[in-house]
Amino acid sequence: MAIDNEMLMNIINKNKDNNGALMQILHDVQDSFGYIPYEAQKVIAEELNVPLSEVYGVITFYSRFTLNPVGKYKVGVCLGTACYVKGSDKVLERIENILKIKAGETSADGLYSIDATRCVGACGLAPVMTINEDVYGKLVPEDVDKILAKYK
Amino acid sequence: MKTLEQLEEIRNKYKQFTDMRTGESANAGECRRQIMVCCGTGCTSSKSPKIIEAFEQELLKNNLDKEVKVIKTGCFGLCALGPVVIVYPEGIFYSLVTPEDVPEIVEEHIIKGNIVKRLVYSETLNDDGSVKAFGEVGFYKKQMRVALRHCGFINPENIDEYIAVGGYKALEKVLKSMTREDVIKEVKDSGLRGRGGGGFPTGMKWQFTYDSEGGEKYVACNADEGDPGAFMDRSVLEGDPNTVIEAMAIAGYAVGAQRGFVYIRAEYPIAVKRLENAIEQAREYGILGENIFGTGFNFDMEIRLGAGAFVCGEETALIHSIEGMRGEPRPRPPFPAAKGIFGKPTVLNNVETYANIPVIILNGAQWFKNLGTEKSAGTKVFALGGKINNTGLVEVPMGTPLREVIYDIGGGIPNGKKFKAAQTGGPSGGCIPAELIDTPVDFDSLVSIGSMMGSGGLIVMDEDNCMVDIAKFFLEFTVDESCGKCPPCRIGTKRMLEILKRITEGKGQDGDIEKLETLAKTIKDSALCGLGQTAPNPILSTLKYFRDEYEAHVYEKRCPAGSCKALLSIKIDPDVCKGCTVCAKTCPVSAITGERKQAHFINTAKCIKCGACVEKCPFNAISFK
Repeated sequence: MAIDNEMLMNIINKNKDNNGALMQILHDVQDSFGYIPYEAQKVIAEELNVPLSEVYGVITFYSRFTLNPVGKYKVGVCLGTACYVKGSDKVLERIENILKIKAGETSADGLYSIDATRCVGACGLAPVMTINEDVYGKLVPEDVDKILAKYK
Repeated sequence: MKTLEQLEEIRNKYKQFTDMRTGESANAGECRRQIMVCCGTGCTSSKSPKIIEAFEQELLKNNLDKEVKVIKTGCFGLCALGPVVIVYPEGIFYSLVTPEDVPEIVEEHIIKGNIVKRLVYSETLNDDGSVKAFGEVGFYKKQMRVALRHCGFINPENIDEYIAVGGYKALEKVLKSMTREDVIKEVKDSGLRGRGGGGFPTGMKWQFTYDSEGGEKYVACNADEGDPGAFMDRSVLEGDPNTVIEAMAIAGYAVGAQRGFVYIRAEYPIAVKRLENAIEQAREYGILGENIFGTGFNFDMEIRLGAGAFVCGEETALIHSIEGMRGEPRPRPPFPAAKGIFGKPTVLNNVETYANIPVIILNGAQWFKNLGTEKSAGTKVFALGGKINNTGLVEVPMGTPLREVIYDIGGGIPNGKKFKAAQTGGPSGGCIPAELIDTPVDFDSLVSIGSMMGSGGLIVMDEDNCMVDIAKFFLEFTVDESCGKCPPCRIGTKRMLEILKRITEGKGQDGDIEKLETLAKTIKDSALCGLGQTAPNPILSTLKYFRDEYEAHVYEKRCPAGSCKALLSIKIDPDVCKGCTVCAKTCPVSAITGERKQAHFINTAKCIKCGACVEKCPFNAISFK
């Protein structure tokens, strides 16, 4: 896949001289591209003068960085403790059944991906699911059908 | 750039607004009312920014925008009832407000002066229909807000409001009238211990960093709040970011550092934004930068984002992550106080710890020491979650019995269920069973019963929660988050999880429980960092208090709490069943038989326990047993 080289170089040049620049660059690339493509990893490694394996090692260490594109709608189900004891695993199960993909996967049409997330911090609303920036709380599994129907 | 005199002017100018909120003043110039809208993560998720918009429109429409100010605040703590709106000077607490309710509040309350009772937090309503101050209700009465003192009280996006409530006075006091040694002594004398989990004396950390040789030193703040179910650090940053800036500057002065780093989870976008904004404003005022308050002291700070790795809450891992590397821990010593970020001496404290510093400096070590218990001074913030009525954020003096936190403040267990256990310390902690509910909550009492304070997540479980399943849940978390560097954690936690899975699936074998125990103790003794060393705690403590549940799973293939699906069977209650045939039609494997209008039966040999019939039964006659 072709990547926007100019955008990438801007990100690299902006952070390059900072101590510990790699993490910051990866954050910006993840935000701008939605994932960290292999081509971008090569450029980053070259520009920072570090082995590609190190770049790859850092990316795969952190769950926020992804190597593959995610769906247009990122469905997150919180599996933090507060949500879990209130049955968020059952909410996740229902979403997986409806979308026919598992947590961590993206649907074939590129529309949805499911993420079993860590605590999103809205414990007062447990159990919680998120779709991109939208948050839905105090769920029972049956609520999921209607919510997902809104995102097409 | 502002001088101290100018800061004092700001303080005086804005004080009338904050005085209105404490009831000390009925109006502030032409402003006669303030509407505080909670914009913490919880309430923002329930659309509180839309409520602010609606208020602003409605006030403008009624030509009230000068008289009535709408103010964005941090978390009020009572997240279960969000979005929360408080109207001053009366201090009326509206709960579960929607944008559609706004015109009514403006019309009735703001214009006509009639409180909208249907939206008032029910606990504040007296029997005679009058409304009492929200500080009087159970949830707030027994709390003591020190670290959270400004959360929900000031606008976190406006540094002037922080200055008005005495903000940056502690920094002024430190820079103008205290030596570096004085500051460290004050923090030591206060007995403040790290609020991030370990409970190490903060003053000692500062002393070690002060003592370290070397020119450049750093101050760091751990805001990588990874414990699922704990959100106090986020709330402090969202509700009172300036307090962290002030405390870090004080720490910088004390240890001899000019640069600070805040390592914060990228999953906390609101906290990141508010902190960025606060740093920006502090720089504009010359509170960060060079020659602060004309004293020659230089200090500035920057934000570094975490990227979703729990282990980065461990100090050496966090330092690696700030340096742009994989967040793997390393053996200590050397401790960060000797060799920290980029190899320089670094003092690293967590957000809540920092939030206590300005108060300690202003009120004195003795004041702080008098709060709490002898060995655990001060207060502690807890995130109440799980099966409890008042989910949210509470702060109590150390040593408060757990019972008070759960019943008086937390409002007890919903749906008339029985309290079974509370989990403190998240995946590193343990559970407190019902028989120990009178345990005082402080560092040492919790450790003595096999749990730990941790960062302050407090998850309540009722009779429907299976303790083996909870232990499995925490192990899944640690297995997922183990960085893989040391074998006891990488391999050992995985083996423990496999055993737990087997037990909850009804395939537990004789000797599994003993194997778990041996593994747990070995991992505790041999793992490299705190994550691995504490990972077995949830197993050890559930085994200690709920061994019978493990035994029921292993030997009787039974889940006493009725939670582990594989160990349950679905039953139709013949007395409730009306013979409507819905279940028989729903069952995907035709395991249900029965005549119309007569009780139906499930062939358990055929049943795959999918639960479809349970969901579909219109009479609630079918359940997992």
